Amino acid sequence: MRKYAQLLLIIPFIGMGALLPLANRIEPYVLGLPFLLFWIVLWMILSSVVLFIVYKLDPANKGSEVQ
Amino acid sequence: MNSALVIIFFVAVVALYLGIRATRGKKMNVNEFAVGNKGFGTLFVFLLIAGEVYTTFTFLGGSGWAYSKGAAAYYVPAYICLAYVLSYWIVPKIWRFAKKHDVISQPEYFMKNYNSKALGVVVAFIGLIALIPYIVIQLKGLGIIVSEASYGTLSPLLASTIGAIIVTIYVTVSGIHGSAWNAVLKDIMILFVIIFLGIYIPYHYFGGIKPLFEAIQTVKPEALTFASEGLSQSWFISTIILNAFGFYLLPQSFTIVLSAKSERALKKNAITLPLYTVLILFAFFIGFAAIIQVPGLEGAAGDLSLLRLTMKTFDPWFVGIVGGAGLLTALVPVSVMVMSGAVGLMTGFYKLIKPNSSDRQQLTVSKLFVLFIILTAYVFSIIGGDALAILNIMSYGLITQLVPALIFGFFGTKFLNTYGAIAGIVTGVSIVLINAVTSFKLVDIFPNIPSALNDINIGFVAIAVNIFIGVLVSLITNNLAARASSKIELVK
Repeated sequence: MRKYAQLLLIIPFIGMGALLPLANRIEPYVLGLPFLLFWIVLWMILSSVVLFIVYKLDPANKGSEVQ
Repeated sequence: MNSALVIIFFVAVVALYLGIRATRGKKMNVNEFAVGNKGFGTLFVFLLIAGEVYTTFTFLGGSGWAYSKGAAAYYVPAYICLAYVLSYWIVPKIWRFAKKHDVISQPEYFMKNYNSKALGVVVAFIGLIALIPYIVIQLKGLGIIVSEASYGTLSPLLASTIGAIIVTIYVTVSGIHGSAWNAVLKDIMILFVIIFLGIYIPYHYFGGIKPLFEAIQTVKPEALTFASEGLSQSWFISTIILNAFGFYLLPQSFTIVLSAKSERALKKNAITLPLYTVLILFAFFIGFAAIIQVPGLEGAAGDLSLLRLTMKTFDPWFVGIVGGAGLLTALVPVSVMVMSGAVGLMTGFYKLIKPNSSDRQQLTVSKLFVLFIILTAYVFSIIGGDALAILNIMSYGLITQLVPALIFGFFGTKFLNTYGAIAGIVTGVSIVLINAVTSFKLVDIFPNIPSALNDINIGFVAIAVNIFIGVLVSLITNNLAARASSKIELVK
């Protein structure tokens, strides 16, 4: 299963791309930002989260590093 | 001499000093010059990659786009973020191959991956035409920033000239090491400046971030969402995906990948870089604030919004700090671009003509190419007209035509051989160039398509044709080769 962890990388593309039409609006404001801008920023943060999870699941990152 | 100019001058001197002393105690050879002997750890790689993002374009263009085009500007952090996400999958593959085969440039990578010198030449050439406009834009941006921040004491031309000279000196002396050390200084300054301005200006003029946007909503609500045509949602989505794939194929980003010490340094950076990109948000705040505070900047003058607003708000010494940071945001990326372009030309052309050249000769030739590229860019930055702006828009369109060859190359399939790769790239590049000159839209070819399809980035269309032609040519040539060999079998 862990071999396929990298498939999670598609999530940010869905959030920032496919779901974008849902977010193309000014209201409601979130954290002082118009909704569209908040949505983009949210997905930038979630991208880091997804990458962190993938990194932790990825078997290649276990143990000491081969250089 | 005003205090702004003194500070800018001081930053320039420090940059030159750091750049020159960066290689102290290191023995210079081609590998050290081009990719730091593949020895850069997580932090240097981080700063170099981030350095490619926080360029004069981000500084002036990020706020400038928000000022003149509104929400369309969000494409910049969006594609950069997705490029990092994608990099987790793509970049380790590039790094591993490069490490194994001792690759120091992008043309060399393709040359060795497909075992084809012709492909290497094609890649070197495309890399160069994608790079030159980038360097020119940075040099011009540098001229504008320094000239404005010096309150007109220095002309843009003189400022660009000084910038070009500094870069040339420290790149020829230190190669990528000079860029790495200056990237440290640059990121400290740019972070300070952009965060400070991005918070101070909205609070000073509007009393907060939300009041700023509410003011925009009253005056210019269309600036806060995507348009229904033109820079629309389908434009946004296609552009961020295209650019995400193109990002690490720009010769300068590719070079930074090669300079990493380990695969894990690259993967760890992929995690943190999207967060770092969020800081572009502050540039947007400044651009949006400028819509109300310094209205009336038309067209390209929109790029001056950040500087004009800064000059309106602060004392000269602080304008000097902003100008100094602006200077560095041009110097660091330009140095990596020039260097990666020069090494690309050296491996793509010179090594083919003189395969047995010594390391010392290759280093000298790389340095000569540094001079060649920077002089070319410098001349263009003086005389350059519209042709250049067109090329710059097309830089990503051009470089992404290498994506199919890169990805098929990972799997080593028979669906894309050397002939197919070259045919596909040449076709894709031609479409992008023809589009740049004639600026045709899909609607001109298919009159009845909806605007959602018409707004799709043309680079995307070019890639689809590129893959189709590439696979077709590969299958045909494979077939011919198979027949030829079976004939030989029969003759035997």
